[in-house]
Amino acid sequence: MGRVLLWGLAGLVIAFLVLPSLVVVPISFSSGQTLRFPPPGFSLKWYGAFFDPGGEWLRAALSSLQVAFGAAAVSTLLGTLAAFGLVRGRFPGRRTLLAFFVAPLIVPVVVLAIGMFFVVLRVRLGVLGSAIPLIGAHAVLGIPLVVLNVAASLARVDADLEFAASGLGGGRWQVFQRVTLPLIAPGVMAGALLSFVTSWDEVVIAIFLTTPYFRTLPVIMWGDVKFSLEPTIAVVAAILMLMTTAAVVAFVVVRRREVLR
Amino acid sequence: MLVLFVLPLAWVLFRSITSLDHGTAWYSNYVAFFRSTIYPKVLLRTAGTALLVTAVCLIVGYPFAYLMSSASRRARGLLLAAVLLPMWSSVLVRTWGWTVLLQDTGIVNGILINLGLIQKPVHLMRNTLGVGIGMTQVLLPFMVLPLFASMRRVDPDYVRAAAGLGASPWRAFMRVYLPLTRGGVLIGSLLVFVIALGFFITPALLGSPANTMLSEQIIKLLGPARDPGLATAAAGILLGVTVLALVVGGRVVRFAESLGIHQT
Repeated sequence: MGRVLLWGLAGLVIAFLVLPSLVVVPISFSSGQTLRFPPPGFSLKWYGAFFDPGGEWLRAALSSLQVAFGAAAVSTLLGTLAAFGLVRGRFPGRRTLLAFFVAPLIVPVVVLAIGMFFVVLRVRLGVLGSAIPLIGAHAVLGIPLVVLNVAASLARVDADLEFAASGLGGGRWQVFQRVTLPLIAPGVMAGALLSFVTSWDEVVIAIFLTTPYFRTLPVIMWGDVKFSLEPTIAVVAAILMLMTTAAVVAFVVVRRREVLR
Repeated sequence: MLVLFVLPLAWVLFRSITSLDHGTAWYSNYVAFFRSTIYPKVLLRTAGTALLVTAVCLIVGYPFAYLMSSASRRARGLLLAAVLLPMWSSVLVRTWGWTVLLQDTGIVNGILINLGLIQKPVHLMRNTLGVGIGMTQVLLPFMVLPLFASMRRVDPDYVRAAAGLGASPWRAFMRVYLPLTRGGVLIGSLLVFVIALGFFITPALLGSPANTMLSEQIIKLLGPARDPGLATAAAGILLGVTVLALVVGGRVVRFAESLGIHQT
């Protein structure tokens, strides 16, 4: 009896969690001119509008991909190194340093966005309106995710294996590359995926660090959401979601042993 | 990390004590913030909304996490997917999905009218209800995952022992199970509260000007109002409140461990 009630509640919660994302999919295939639900008929015309070779959407999608891949690469590299130092290093203040690396997860993003805007404007860290500042900014958001994932993997790797490898004559880099890296690969991969997704979806910082000449998908969507009622927005939403879903599924596959233990 | 994390925050704080349009003292922007008739209310509303959302997340999330921890392996996978997929999908997409569902001509109102439960559309968004629904949906995973982690560590024998010793199910829950999962409750609540403080997109799309939260106010001050001094002071206050909540609530590292990204 209690069990049935609990599952009933869980069903409602699942619907509550999943419906707002799912509702965009049927609308993206609408043949109508508005966001009416249920759609009056099936059509691919809004997808056609999105994939128009000369249109702003396709260009923005490519910018988004460029930034997300860049941010994931940078944060994976730096995050892995940081996690390595934090787990294998023996120095005072490691906890504080870990807190520092994790902090971008919790700092209010608007505050960070304003600050980054000032800094990029003044320090000339790349031209505002190119991909570089945004890649750097998104990498900062991705680093905590990589650090946490890699640190968790590293903590499970037996340090004796590394010791044995160096005892057998392996150089430092060789040990890392041949022994440690393969063992922590799932953690590195998981961190990279999450950091990719974070950048791919990020709006607030992107609003501040992009210009009309270089915009990512969420930025254009943000601009359109308040005024436009065209189903193209639903297409954008569906495409954003498809990408995240793929990445999260990959994440769960990589991490299934921990996640489903 | 130093250039794009510490420097930006420092820069905001520096601007808040140097861009002086409201007086000559270094703290004059902060004085102007608290003297105004609007901003203190926005600050209180922000904290109040965050508190409300935290409470709702806890009430909804606790039984859900319990089910997750006690379900079979396959059912657990399903429940976990239902939490993880929304957690990592775009807040903007989900919030926009809510506007499609909740607007006056939206799906929820349509269903309610067709069922004959209401005669004319009920306003489900552009008010506190809409903001609450949207924020709860975005933040629920951050509550469920720490709860789930703490519940998985509970040995079911303890509850059985309590029942065997004659405790009613309610008493066994209150005296044994709840205290054992207190860590998850605290961490989840703190996490949700702190993240809720900084929310921008959801209140902007699902709320009305009467629901403005601090993050939106900062952007308004910086953009249309062109008052960088007051904007950065407001940002400093938001940052301060966040840090205060964290310090009061516990150490940052404990949080990170509870994100569900890894379990040690």
